[in-house]
Amino acid sequence: MSRRFLTGAVSAGLVLVLAACSGTTKNDNAASGASESTAAANPNAAAKEGVKMAFLPKQLNNPYSDIEVSGGKAALGELKGEYKLVGPNDASASSQVSYINTLIQQQQDVIGIAANDPNAVCPSLNQARSAGIKVVAFDSDAAKDCRDAFINQATTQGIGEALAKQAKDLSGGSGEIAVLSATPNATNQNAWIDVLKKELAKPEYSTLKLDKVAYGNDDDQKSFQEAQGLLQSFPNLKVIVAPTTVGIAAAARYVSSSSYKGKVAVTGLGTPNQMRAFVKDGTVKQFALWNPADIGYLAAYAGVALKSGQITGKQGEKFKAGKLGDYTIGENGEIVLGPPTTFDANNIDKFNF
Amino acid sequence: MSDRGNRLGRLLSWDAAVVLVTVLVLIVASGAVENFGTSRNFTFLLLDLLPIALVALPMTFIIVTGEIDLSVASTLGLTSAVMGSLWNAGLPIETIIPLCIALGAVLGALNGFFVTVLKLPSLAVTIGTLALYRGLAFVVLGDSAVADFPRVYTSWVTGTIGDGPIPNVLIPLIVAALIFGVVLHATPIGRGVFAAGAGEQAARFAGIRTGRLKFWLYVVSGAVAGLAGVLWTLRYSSARADNGFGLELAVVAAVLLGGVSIFGGKGTLPGVLAGVVLLATLQNALRLQDVSNEALNIVTGVLLIVSVLLPNIVTSARTAVRRRRQLATPER
Repeated sequence: MSRRFLTGAVSAGLVLVLAACSGTTKNDNAASGASESTAAANPNAAAKEGVKMAFLPKQLNNPYSDIEVSGGKAALGELKGEYKLVGPNDASASSQVSYINTLIQQQQDVIGIAANDPNAVCPSLNQARSAGIKVVAFDSDAAKDCRDAFINQATTQGIGEALAKQAKDLSGGSGEIAVLSATPNATNQNAWIDVLKKELAKPEYSTLKLDKVAYGNDDDQKSFQEAQGLLQSFPNLKVIVAPTTVGIAAAARYVSSSSYKGKVAVTGLGTPNQMRAFVKDGTVKQFALWNPADIGYLAAYAGVALKSGQITGKQGEKFKAGKLGDYTIGENGEIVLGPPTTFDANNIDKFNF
Repeated sequence: MSDRGNRLGRLLSWDAAVVLVTVLVLIVASGAVENFGTSRNFTFLLLDLLPIALVALPMTFIIVTGEIDLSVASTLGLTSAVMGSLWNAGLPIETIIPLCIALGAVLGALNGFFVTVLKLPSLAVTIGTLALYRGLAFVVLGDSAVADFPRVYTSWVTGTIGDGPIPNVLIPLIVAALIFGVVLHATPIGRGVFAAGAGEQAARFAGIRTGRLKFWLYVVSGAVAGLAGVLWTLRYSSARADNGFGLELAVVAAVLLGGVSIFGGKGTLPGVLAGVVLLATLQNALRLQDVSNEALNIVTGVLLIVSVLLPNIVTSARTAVRRRRQLATPER
């Protein structure tokens, strides 16, 4: 009885689906035109006051994004805007969508987002834009057609090259290295690792061998275990490169308390406050980062400039970003913050973030 | 006998209570929460609860039989990953979708085989396949995401009927809910499901093939999770191995809140759907009020504990009253 019923139902369903249409395959997909804004920028427009800007980082309670949005808060204070912070507790692709929907309902003026997945947030971001909300991506870009501007902490090329250089310096010029990244889909991490791999393919880096790219999912415990796993799997490992603040701290913590201390170098991108102890005890010789607070700060200024009509996100438009000075929008609405800073025992105490 | 009647009555009233509370919350939120009662928000709310509601339908059957399926979210993720890789391989989407639903059914059949043929406890089996299927999803798609699905499909899944507030995807959900509801509450299959949950032995003596029944329930659960995987992928136009992570707990929470007993034998589908709507509405309304995630989780947790405790408190209170009456009668 039940079997007959089910088989009937399933086959009926299949027939319906199959009869529905002839095939649509990957190759049939026409490229969709990007939605270019047609409005003209007026660089002399006054900056609006009372702009409501909400920051939506990849996840809440992540030390790095906390610093980023603190810069946004400070900038909105200077601009007399209203700051808000919302976000999911897990960095999964779809979790950000319902937050964007909430912000649309609340009629925010600007959304600043660090996208967990460039495409998953796209439809809802475009709904926000058609409701008159300006969208500034920061840190991790959304798809180009779904935001007005993107605050890039540094060029992908610059970071990738810096990571390769760090690895070579710390390995003493040759040997095995490994990468400890965040989530497997992190847009920015993947882009940097791609550049790092391209760099390693060049003759001047032929002495370095990349053993593995491991993923700690920006979770402290998982990153710690992955670091441990790397050192167990590759006994000749000389350098762990972690282009994520959670990963570098977890790897440094593991190495500092193990017999690998002094033998295996940990480097990558981290914040001075979390890495200070490891620099002082000799586990970490150098690492790099831009000031994350400046990203949020710049995102807020860009958001208010967009809302005020001073910029629209087109290449070549210029705007002022408070203490950071003047910025020009580059290709595809990208605004580059500037070169990263290298931290070591000599300068680390000058920074507090 | 009268005890059983009582229990049934109480259960029905519990489901009715959940439905009532849900309606109340909807009304209060529409009045008190700014921007809640708009048609656009209604669309967002329905889109958010769709995968949970869909997967909760077969989950209700399974929990009523006294079993559980915790692998549904991983089935969704694996289906999504396979959908992405088949799309990359150049297959037409019209072929991929039924394949994905069939894949879900196969994954469910594997659960069913372990639970009904090898007689292993379903909690252990489906925790195992939860990890296994999620692991396979990452093997299939690794760290990439596939996003270039045909716009016709993605916009249908995110779109609404005639640009009104009703999402297109609500139609299949309502059809499915009707089918599942009728089967559970008005057919021999449904009676078999309740009988199996109330007492496996007794049900078998009554001629119900409980093993076969449960096996097919797992197959359906897998197939529906597969369909949910397809819809999820199209809604977010992103096929990823981590899609739907943690969804199984939201589904089980909604089912239990809806008055289904975790020990089996009791529950109604309208109650479950009310449970789904209630949790989603609370989340939506509290977020609009800028309530933090932590507070949201606390509210959800308290609500669940209350929903499990309350019926028990009512029962023990009734029993106590009855006993006191019985003790009091001879003295009169």
